Amino acid sequence: MNVEQVKQWMQLYQTEIEKNKDYLSQLDTDIGDGDHGNNMARGVDAVAAGLAKDNPADLAQTFKSIAMSLISKVGGASGPLYGTAFLEMAKAAKDSESDIPTLLQAAADGVAKRGGAKVGDKTMVDVWTPAAQDAKAGQLNAANIDKLVEATKPLRALKGRASYLGERSIGHLDPGAVSTGMLLKTLLQATAK
Amino acid sequence: MAANTQTGMVLVSHVPEIVAGISKLIRQVAPDINLTTAGGTSDGDIGTDATHILQAIDDNHADELMVFYDLGSAKMNLDLVTDMTDKTLHRYDVAFVEGAYTAAALLQAGDSRAEIEKQLAPLKIK
Ligand SMILES: Nc1ncnc2c1ncn2[C@@H]1O[C@H](COP(=O)(O)OP(=O)(O)O)[C@@H](O)[C@H]1O
Ligand SMILES: [Mg+2]
Repeated sequence: MNVEQVKQWMQLYQTEIEKNKDYLSQLDTDIGDGDHGNNMARGVDAVAAGLAKDNPADLAQTFKSIAMSLISKVGGASGPLYGTAFLEMAKAAKDSESDIPTLLQAAADGVAKRGGAKVGDKTMVDVWTPAAQDAKAGQLNAANIDKLVEATKPLRALKGRASYLGERSIGHLDPGAVSTGMLLKTLLQATAK
Repeated sequence: MAANTQTGMVLVSHVPEIVAGISKLIRQVAPDINLTTAGGTSDGDIGTDATHILQAIDDNHADELMVFYDLGSAKMNLDLVTDMTDKTLHRYDVAFVEGAYTAAALLQAGDSRAEIEKQLAPLKIK
C-alpha cells in the first residue's frame, strides 16, 4: 500500500459513509443510540480535512493523520476503535511494513485490545479479526467480508452499548461491523490493480 | 486532617450535565480536592473524545489522577489518553456516582490512594 492508495481509500470510504449515513444510524437506533452514521460522517469529513492540511509524505504519517482525525472527531466508541486501528497501522508502517495483510493484522489486534472484545461478542471485532486472517490467506474479497458482517446478526451483544439490551440485541446487524465491512471493501477497491 | 491534593480526580461522562451534577454532589463533602471534568465531546455533542479528556487532565493541578467514567467509550478514550499524557492515571471500573463520591469524601479526609482503593473495590461493576 502507498500514500496515494490510502488517500484514494479514504475518498472512497467518505463517499460510502455519506451514502449510507442514515442506514448506519438506523442500525444503531435498533440496538444502540442511533448516532453511528453521524459519528462516522463527522469522522470521514475530518479525515479528508486533516489529510489536506497535513499533506503527509509517507505511509506512517498518512495513517497517523487519519488516526488523529478519527480520535478527535468521531465522538462515539467507534472513534477510539478506528483511531487505534490507524495508529497501529502507522506504527507498523514506521517499521517499514506496507503489505496489506500485515497492516490489517496490526489494525485488528489494536481494535481487539482497545475494546477488549472477542470474536462473537457482536462488535466490529467480528469483522476485523477474521478479515485479517482472510487477508493473510489471500482470501479477502467482498463476498467474504459480507459474510462476516452478516454473521453478527444472530449474535447477542456482549460488548458496547448494545450489550445493555441483552437478548434484544439478537436479530440485528452490528453497526460497527457494517461500517468496518465498508472500510475493508473500499480498501480492496483502492488497492485493486 | 488536610485534604489530599497530591492526588486529583477527573470525571468523564458522555453528557456535560452528568459530570456537572456529580461535581455538585461531591463538592458538598469535598470542597478542597483537585477535581476537573470532561462531559460530552469538544464540540458539545453527546459522547466522549480524547482531546476533551486530555484538557481535563491538563487542567487538574495534581499529577496523579483518579479517573471515573460512565460508559464504555469513555473507557476506551481514557486508555488512549493514558498514552498521550505525562500524568499518572488510575482508572476505576466502578459505579460512577458511588465511586466518585467515595473517593472524593476520602480525599477530602486526607486519605491516600491506596486506602481509597480498598473502599472502591466492592463498587466494581464494569
Ligand atoms: N468494546 C468494544 N469493542 C469493539 N467494538 C466495540 C466496542 N464497543 C462498541 N464497539 C463498536 O462500536 C459500534 C458503535 O459505534 P458508535 O455508535 O459510533 O459508538 P457509541 O456506541 O459510543 O454510540 C458498535 O456497533 C460496535 O461495533
Ligand atoms: Mg452509537
